[in-house]
Amino acid sequence: MKILVSVKRVVDFNVKVRVKPDGTGVDLGNVKMAMNPFCEIAVEEGVRLKEQGIADEVVVVSIGPKACQEQIRTAMALGADRGIQIETDQELDSLAVAKLLAKVVEEEQPGLVILGKQSIDSDNNQTGQMLGALTGMPQGTFASEVNLVEGKVEVTREVDGGLQTLSLNLPAIVTTDLRLNEPRYASLPNFMKAKRKPLDTKSPADFGVDISPRLKTLKVEPPAERQAGIIVGSVDELVEKLKNEAKVI
Amino acid sequence: MALDQETLKQFVDTVRRYVRERLIPLEDQVADEDQIPEEVINEMKDMGLFGISIPEEFGGLGLTMSEEVAIIQEMGYTSPVFRSMFGTNVGIGSQGIIMDGTSEQKAKYLPLMASGELIGSFALTEPDAGSDAGSVRTSARLDGDEYILNGTKRFITNAPRAGVFTVMARTGTREEGGRGVSAFLVDAGLPGITLGKPDKKMGQKGSHTCDVIFDNVRVPRAALIGGVEGQGFKTAMKVLDRGRLHISALSVGTAKRLIDESVLYSTERKQFGTEICNFQLVQAMLADSQTEYYAGKCMVEETARAYDAGEKVSLQAASCKLFCTEMVGRVADRAVQVHGGSGYISEYCVERFYRDVRLFRLYEGTSQIQQLVIAKQLIREASEQTA
Ligand SMILES: Cc1cc2nc3c(=O)[nH]c(=O)nc-3n(C[C@H](O)[C@H](O)[C@H](O)COP(=O)(O)OP(=O)(O)OC[C@H]3O[C@@H](n4cnc5c(N)ncnc54)[C@H](O)[C@@H]3O)c2cc1C
Repeated sequence: MKILVSVKRVVDFNVKVRVKPDGTGVDLGNVKMAMNPFCEIAVEEGVRLKEQGIADEVVVVSIGPKACQEQIRTAMALGADRGIQIETDQELDSLAVAKLLAKVVEEEQPGLVILGKQSIDSDNNQTGQMLGALTGMPQGTFASEVNLVEGKVEVTREVDGGLQTLSLNLPAIVTTDLRLNEPRYASLPNFMKAKRKPLDTKSPADFGVDISPRLKTLKVEPPAERQAGIIVGSVDELVEKLKNEAKVI
Repeated sequence: MALDQETLKQFVDTVRRYVRERLIPLEDQVADEDQIPEEVINEMKDMGLFGISIPEEFGGLGLTMSEEVAIIQEMGYTSPVFRSMFGTNVGIGSQGIIMDGTSEQKAKYLPLMASGELIGSFALTEPDAGSDAGSVRTSARLDGDEYILNGTKRFITNAPRAGVFTVMARTGTREEGGRGVSAFLVDAGLPGITLGKPDKKMGQKGSHTCDVIFDNVRVPRAALIGGVEGQGFKTAMKVLDRGRLHISALSVGTAKRLIDESVLYSTERKQFGTEICNFQLVQAMLADSQTEYYAGKCMVEETARAYDAGEKVSLQAASCKLFCTEMVGRVADRAVQVHGGSGYISEYCVERFYRDVRLFRLYEGTSQIQQLVIAKQLIREASEQTA
C-alpha cells in the first residue's frame, strides 16, 4: 500500500510571531521556519506503517514556495521515500490546497492519505475535510490512534467528551491529532540519504487547478494583551465573581 | 567529509531541537538519579552521535572539525553528561585507532564504536601520573605472543560501561618517559580487569568515572595500537588538538545556556520596583559574559577551520582550551551572581552548571598545562627564528 502524506512549511512553533505594522499579515522576515508539527506527526505515522510492513511506500507532498523543499527533505530524512513539490509563491486557501492534493491523489492512487488536522499558522482545520469532499474518500479526522485491519482503517478520534472509533474503507483520509505519536529525531545519515531520494517539482498549472484565492485577508491583528489576574480569597468569592462579574455561570 | 550547508544546518537544527525538547527537561532527573535513561542513550545512538568523528567507511559520519564543533556547541547547551556518554567514542577512545591503528584494529573496533554498540574509554591517568602523563607506571611486558598488563588507572570516564579501553602502558624503561609508553586496545571483559567503586564527583552526576585495575591481564600482541611499541604517547598527543577543540566547543555551548538563563531570570526578577535587568551593574555581568562567550566561539570556529585546512593548530587549540574552559567558569560564576540566592539553590540549573563546568579546566590537560604548551611553543618558535 502506498501512503500519501502532506506537509506544510510554517513558522517554527517556538517563534513568537509578530504582526506586520500595516496589519497585512504576520512578519515572516528572518523568522525560523519548520514543518508544521501536525504534519510531522503525519509523516511519523506513515513511516511507522511502512516499518511495520503495512505500507510499502510513503510519498510526501508539499505545496508552496521553493523553500518548502526543506520540509520535504526533512520528511524524507524521517523516512518518507520520495517527494513531490508543487511550487507556487501565491498565498493559498485551504480549498486550493485540497484541490491540488485531490489531483495528486488521482495520480498517485494512495491507499491512505495522512494530513495534519490543521497547520499552526492559520489554524483553519479544513484541508483534510475538503479533500474528503473532493475525492469522495471516507475521512477520520483528529486521529489519536490508527490501525489498519483487513482492508480497513480504524481511526480513534479525539472528540468533545471522549474518544470515538471509526472504521473506514480504504482508500481513506486521516488527519492527525497531537497524541497520535511522538515523532522521531532524524539522524544525520538519514539527512544525507534524503538528499539522494527523488523529489519531483510541479506547478499548479501542471494539474490544471485554479488556485486563485476565494478569500481575502482584510486585516491581521495581534490578540488583545491579557489583563493581569487576581487572587481570590475563597471559593465562595470565586463563585460569586464568576456569577456576577464574569457572568459565565 | 564536508557536508553541504543545508544538510549540516538540518542536522544542527535537529540536535538543537533534541537538546531543547528532550534533554533539557531530563536534566534534573539525570542529576538526581545519577543515571541517563537507557532510552536516551539509544536515541543518541540512532541519531549517529557516537560516530560523528569516525570515518564514513567505518560506519561513522566523518564530520570535519568545523562540523563537530557546531554539533558539540549545541550539545553544550544541556547538561554535559549527555555529551560525556558519547564523548569518549568521538574523542580519544576512537581517534587513536583512526590515526595510528592497524587496518585490523580499525575494522574490529570502529564500526562498533560508531554505532555506539561499543563504548570506548581512554585510560591514561594513574594515581601517581596526572599532568605528568609521560610518567605512567602501568606496565606491559611481552610474554610470547601476549603482553601482560599490570597497574591502576584513575578517574576513567565511562569505565563502568566501557567495552574496550585504550590503555597507556609502559613497554620501555622509566627513564624513557613518554617514549617508553605504548597504547593498547584492551577488551573490558578480559580476566584480571576489575573496576573500582564509582567516584563521588562534585558535579556531572549521571556520568561515571572509576579506577580500572589491571592485574596480570593478558592481551594479544595485536592489541598494540599501530603494532609498534613506544608510539602510544605520540598517538595521544596527536589526538589532543581535536580533543581540546571539542571541550572548547562544549564550554562555549554551556556558556550560551548560562547567559540565556541569566538574561531570562534578570527580566523576570524584580527588586526595588523594577526588573533587575534594568540595573546597569547586572547588565555589565550579562555583557561581559556575552562578550567572552563570543570571543570563545570565534576562537573555536576559526581554529576548527584551520584544522580542517590542514594547518598545524596545537598552539591555537591549547589557547582555545585555556580560554574557553576558564571563560565558562567565569560565566557560570556570574550566572549564579545574577540569580542571587536562588543561584545557590539547586532548583535553578545554574547551580548545577556551576559545579559541572568546573571539570573542564581539569581534564584533557589542566589550564596550567595549556599555559605550558602555549608558552613552550612561543619560546620554541622564537628560538627557531633567531637560530
Ligand atoms: C571527572 C574526571 C574524568 C576524567 N576522565 C579521564 C579519562 O577518561 N581518562 C584519563 O586518562 N583521565 C581522566 N581524568 C583525569 C584527568 O585528566 C586528570 O585529573 C588531569 O589530567 C589532572 O591530573 P591530576 O588529577 O593528577 O592533577 P595533577 O597533575 O596532580 O595537578 C595538580 C595541580 O598541579 C598543577 N600542575 C601539575 N603539573 C604542573 C606543571 N608542570 N606546571 C604547573 N602546574 C602544574 C595542575 O595544573 C593542577 O593545578 C579525569 C578526571 C576527572 C576529574
